[in-house]
Amino acid sequence: MTADAQVGTVDERREHAGGAPPEPLVAIRNLSKYYLRGDQVIPVLVDIDLDVPEGDFVALMGPSGSGKSTLLNLIAGIDKPSSGEIRIAGVDITQLSDADLALWRSANVGFIFQFYNLMPVLSAFGNVELPLQLTSLSRRERRDRVETALALVGLSDRATHLPNELSGGQQQRVAIARALITDPTLIVADEPTGDLDRTTAGEILGLLERLNRELDKTIIMVTHDPKAAEKAHRVVHLEKGVLVH
Amino acid sequence: MAIPLAYVARSLAARRLTTALTAGGMALVVYVFATVLMLSAGLEQTLIATGQEDNVVVIRRSSQTEVQSGIARAQADVVEALPQIALDAEGRPLVSKEPVVLINLPKRGTGKPANVVIRGVTQAGLGLRPQVHLVEGRMFRPGTAEIITGRSIADGFQGAGLGETLRFASRDWTVVGVFDAGHTAFDSEIWGDAEQMLQAFRRNGYSSMLFRLTNADDFDAVKHAIETDPRLTLEAKREQRFYAEQSEALSKFISILGTSISIIFSIGAVIGAAITMYASVASRTGEIGTLRALGFSRKAVLTAFLLEALLLGLIGGVAGLLAASVMQALSISTTNFQTFAEIAFSFTLTPRIVVASLIFALGMGFVGGFLPAARAARMKIVDALRAA
Ligand SMILES: Nc1ncnc2c1ncn2[C@@H]1O[C@H](COP(=O)(O)OP(=O)(O)O)[C@@H](O)[C@H]1O
Ligand SMILES: [Mg+2]
Repeated sequence: MTADAQVGTVDERREHAGGAPPEPLVAIRNLSKYYLRGDQVIPVLVDIDLDVPEGDFVALMGPSGSGKSTLLNLIAGIDKPSSGEIRIAGVDITQLSDADLALWRSANVGFIFQFYNLMPVLSAFGNVELPLQLTSLSRRERRDRVETALALVGLSDRATHLPNELSGGQQQRVAIARALITDPTLIVADEPTGDLDRTTAGEILGLLERLNRELDKTIIMVTHDPKAAEKAHRVVHLEKGVLVH
Repeated sequence: MAIPLAYVARSLAARRLTTALTAGGMALVVYVFATVLMLSAGLEQTLIATGQEDNVVVIRRSSQTEVQSGIARAQADVVEALPQIALDAEGRPLVSKEPVVLINLPKRGTGKPANVVIRGVTQAGLGLRPQVHLVEGRMFRPGTAEIITGRSIADGFQGAGLGETLRFASRDWTVVGVFDAGHTAFDSEIWGDAEQMLQAFRRNGYSSMLFRLTNADDFDAVKHAIETDPRLTLEAKREQRFYAEQSEALSKFISILGTSISIIFSIGAVIGAAITMYASVASRTGEIGTLRALGFSRKAVLTAFLLEALLLGLIGGVAGLLAASVMQALSISTTNFQTFAEIAFSFTLTPRIVVASLIFALGMGFVGGFLPAARAARMKIVDALRAA
């Protein structure tokens, strides 16, 4: 069973839904996450409800330690909640096994990190190609896709460069190309401009805007930066693990 | 569905010094492992090559070596009359009745004494051993105190070189020739006239007989005839089998000793590999978290790190084998404790040793890499990403 088969395409869901308003791409209900330290319970997220319709661009803001990254990680399927439900494109990902979740991520989520998280020994090309190693695409098809993605982020001439031969902004663009390469519906970004100067941050945000507008990607972005949040359609605030609207 | 091999190999290459040191440790172990097996293989090969397919050795029943054996002249006559024995051009049976004596001679350089085999041979005895040929000087003349020496005896013992004189059995013997026996056990012997040796050593009987069969398939019949004859207390063996048996104990001893030493050393190399791989996992925690986030499974991560450790082992294995293969140029000499005689042989690298060494090296990589790889695979994604 592939992740695609479980999830179905967005269009299929709309057809099944008939005339009713479409289910949001991300539907979070009663989501809680806490850690145990000894016999002390440390709440990180408390009873979160959140809907993100398809095509939305959401900025997740809040003070440091308020649980932004934790919420984003739960939505992206790299962490498990203590309780609650996360339905993405109709699938409750909290119910998936470890292996199914890995498969689901590879097909449905694109990741952008604050520190780019590129593989230092792989070229820009190799890094962008990495998620395609999990698909059955031929070498040729992979190359065509990677070239397209690198062209989209304006790095066609840097394909053979290693990450340490690229500037921070360029590395983040490679990371964006990697996030796009499997054509996921959802892109999660945790402080994508946190390590960049103003100008470069502006370029990266412009790129994210284009992904949202031109490629219909649904983006959830954690940020400290009000300038970055301005680019989003909507800002959601977290305060000590609780959503404040 | 796997993490690309390029990532695995380049991660190893990126840590050049640690990789080289760790692989070097494994190479050392593989070197020891391979050279010991090469030693044992060289010994086996030398002794097996000593025998001819259609030659038969006769010795006294249950004596392990020719030196311990004794064959009375009357018994020798009975054996010589067997109809299956091949005849030479003049119609005489191709039989060599040989006294074999062990004597003590000082080595060149150190002067330390070592045992050397003296063999009395006849004209037929030379014909029965086609791998033996003179490389210096000439053949001894029958009825004289002349001898010829094997190549490694001539090189290794005082007074054994061409034109020199050896004293044993209360006589002086002149070396008139040096022979090459094509890396067989005969290279470590001294040959003289059989009758002269019998007289000098005051022997009544021979030590062993060597004869050629007209037809190699007749061996069983000959063996039966010799071993069931009540007048004879002898046994017959194919010459190849006879020499192979002489190497078995020494070669097994070398193999077991060497393998034990290698296994003890390998513990060190495995610990080295484990430390290297733990460091590799620790320094790439963030990468592991990222790979998992991108959708690579725990199994893919486990496989990637195991492959990295196996590759490390392979590098060590190939390096160790290369170093060991250089040893082939070397020839060594030691005492075969089964015959108590000095024997010269060389390190021999066989395909079986290459395969065994590589498997050994990969095994070290696997054992050293398993726990670190399991740790990498067990990591929680968020913890790994946070550590980046
Ligand atoms: N593994 C953990 N064990 C205990 N507490 C944790 C763990 N991971 C995160 N936390 C806590 O959860 C809270 C929220 O963390 P995080 O989601 O990273 O915040 P943010 O991204 O908003 O800065 C913090 O107080 C942090 O200390
Ligand atoms: Mg955070």
